[in-house]
Amino acid sequence: MPKEVTKLIHKYLRHDKTFPHVWCPGCGNGIVLGALIRAIDKIGLQKDEVVLASGIGCSGRMNVYVDFNTLHTTHGRSLTFATGVKLANPSLTVISVMGDGDATAIGGNHLIHAARRNLNLTAIIINNQIYGMTGGQYSPTTPYGSYASTAVYGHIEHTFSIAELTATAGAAFVGRGTVYHVTLLQKLIEKAIQKRGFSVVEIMSNCHIHYGRRNKMGDPVTMLQWLKDHAVPVEKAREMTSDLPEDKFTIGILADVEKPIYTEEYQKIRDQSTSKQ
Amino acid sequence: MTKRQSKKRILLQGNEAVVEGALAAGCRFFAGYPITPASEISEVLSVRLPKIGGTFIQMEDEIASMGAIVGASLAGVKSMTATSGPGFSLMQENLGFACIAEVPCVVVNVMRGGPSTGLPTNPAQGDVMQARWGTHGDHPIIVLAVSTALECFEITVKAFNLSEKYRVPVIILSDEMVAHTRETVTLPPHDEIEVIDRITPSMPPEWYIPYKNNSKGVPPMSALGDGFRHHVTGLVHDVRGFPTQTPHEIEAFISRLFRKVTQGFHEIQITQSYLMDDATVAVIAYGSVVRSAQRAIIDARNQGVKAGLLQLTTLFPFPRHVVENVLKQCRFVLVPEMNIGQISREVKRVNQFGTHVEKYNRIDGQLITPDEICVKLLTTLG
Repeated sequence: MPKEVTKLIHKYLRHDKTFPHVWCPGCGNGIVLGALIRAIDKIGLQKDEVVLASGIGCSGRMNVYVDFNTLHTTHGRSLTFATGVKLANPSLTVISVMGDGDATAIGGNHLIHAARRNLNLTAIIINNQIYGMTGGQYSPTTPYGSYASTAVYGHIEHTFSIAELTATAGAAFVGRGTVYHVTLLQKLIEKAIQKRGFSVVEIMSNCHIHYGRRNKMGDPVTMLQWLKDHAVPVEKAREMTSDLPEDKFTIGILADVEKPIYTEEYQKIRDQSTSKQ
Repeated sequence: MTKRQSKKRILLQGNEAVVEGALAAGCRFFAGYPITPASEISEVLSVRLPKIGGTFIQMEDEIASMGAIVGASLAGVKSMTATSGPGFSLMQENLGFACIAEVPCVVVNVMRGGPSTGLPTNPAQGDVMQARWGTHGDHPIIVLAVSTALECFEITVKAFNLSEKYRVPVIILSDEMVAHTRETVTLPPHDEIEVIDRITPSMPPEWYIPYKNNSKGVPPMSALGDGFRHHVTGLVHDVRGFPTQTPHEIEAFISRLFRKVTQGFHEIQITQSYLMDDATVAVIAYGSVVRSAQRAIIDARNQGVKAGLLQLTTLFPFPRHVVENVLKQCRFVLVPEMNIGQISREVKRVNQFGTHVEKYNRIDGQLITPDEICVKLLTTLG
C-alpha cells in the first residue's frame, strides 16, 4: 500500500518549486487532496484533460501542488472562471476547489447560479467552518454560539448548510463527506466528477489552529474523532423517526438527479440557429 | 473558386458595429450582464455567436462575466464582455487577474453618467481614469476610445489584435451617444481585415516555461488542455507560474508587464490629426466629442482662426509624444470632455512648453456641441 501511495505522489504532484506546502500540520486539506488524486486516478483521466480551478484561502493553494492544468483565481470567483473554461472547451474535466467562505460568502452568488445553470462542473467545497488563512474570522458556516477572531463574544449568525443549499439551487449531484471518512470521500469525489451535470461535494474538515483552538475542540485527532462521532450516514438518518440533533450532520449522497446539461443544450441552440440562417 | 468578397454598406448603431468588429476579429465567446446602454451588444451576440459555433452566456453579474471571459480566453478562445459604469466597477477585480496572468480579452464600457447608478441613458466620459487605474496595483492596460459606428467596428478589431499580440486586456470606451447613433457603415470584406492571434508555444511541452521573458516581453500562450500544463495564478509569480516573494523575481515580472506595452507604443498609440498642418490652435478630443470638434475647427477657420484637431483613439498608454508635438506647435490647446477634466490633466501633465491649455467640460449628461467648442476657442483667443 505505501508503494501505491508513493507512485501516485510521483505521478500527480509537481516536483519543482512548490514544496513545502502552506498548510498547517494536521490540516484536513491534505486528506482532501489525497482523495481527489486517488479519485482522478481511479477514473483514469489524463492529466492534460483536467483543469483544477481554485479561489482564495487555504483551499486556494491546493492546485499549485498538482500536475494538472491549474487555475488559481480570485476570491470566490473560481466557478466563474471554470464556467468560461468549460464553455470554451467542453471536453475538459473542470473541477473547482473552494473553501466555505470562498464558496458561500464572497462566491455565494456564483455557487447557486452555477448549480442552477447545470454546467458539467464539479465543485469541491472544504468546510472547516472558519476563514483559516486570514486568521480565524467567522464564515457563513461558523456555528451559532461558537467563537472566532471576529466573534470573540460568541457568534450570533446562523449557518448555511452547503449541501442543502446547492441541492435546492439545482445541483445535479450533491454529496457530503468528511476528512475522517476517507473511503467515502474518494467515492463521493469519483461520483461527482463522473456525474453529468453540476456536482457538489461538501467536505467537513478540521481547522484545529483557528477554529478548534478557539472552541476548545482539541488537536487534529480529537477533531477527526468529533467528525466521526457527529456524522450520520444519510441512509441511517432517513430511517430515524426523530429529527437529527442540531450538532450532527448527514454524510453520503444527498441528491442525485438527471437533468439536461448546459453544454448539450447550448449545442442544440447552435444547431437550431444555424438551420434558421 | 471563392467569390471575392465585396464591401458591405449597412446601417448600424455603435453597439451593433462593436459586435461586427468582434466577430470579424475572431471573438467566439461572450459573457455579459444586462445594463443600459450596452445591452444591445449582448442581445445581438446571443443571436450571432451560436450560428458560427461560438458561445454566448448571460452570467449572474459582471464579476462573473469578467471571470468567464478570462476562463474562456485561457482555454484558447477569443473573448469579450460589454458593460457600462456600474458593471465596469464590478469587473475591476477580475480585470486585474487578466492583467497579472496576461490573459487577452476585450472589455467594452459604454460610458453613461456617474457616479453610481448615475444617468443610465445619458452619454458621459467619466470613466477614463477608472479604465486606466480601476483595478488595484500597478498594471499596464490599453484603453481605446471610439467616436463613430465605423470606429466601433475598426477599433474593436484593433482591440482584439492588440490584446492577443501583447497578452493584455484592452478596454474600449464607447458612450451612450456613439452606442445608440445609427450610421451608414461600410464594412471591409473579411479578407481585407487584419486579424492577429496570440502566439502559441512551438516547443515541446517539457521545454515550455510559461512566463519566460523574450525580446518582445510577451511569452507564448498555451490553451488549457493542449498539453502545456502549468499554473495560472493571480499571485505574483515566477517564470514557471509559481507564486514568488523573491524581490528580484517580483521586480523582473512587474517590469516585463510594463515593458511589453512600452515596446509596442508605436502601434498601440493610435491618434488622428485633422487640419493640423498649419494649425496654431488645437483641440484635443476623444469619443463622441470628436464629432463636434471636427465641425468646430472648420467653423473656427471660417472665423480666421487656424484651428486643428488631434483625436486620441488610444487614451492609455497616453500618446505623450503626439500630444507633445501638438503642444509644441500650438499656442493654445483646448481639451473638451464630458467629465470634470480627466484627459485634460494628462495633457497638462505633459505640457513642458508653456502652452496655454484649457479644459472645457460638461457634466450635465449632454453632448458638447460644435458651437460651444468654437465659441470657447474664439473667446479664449480674444
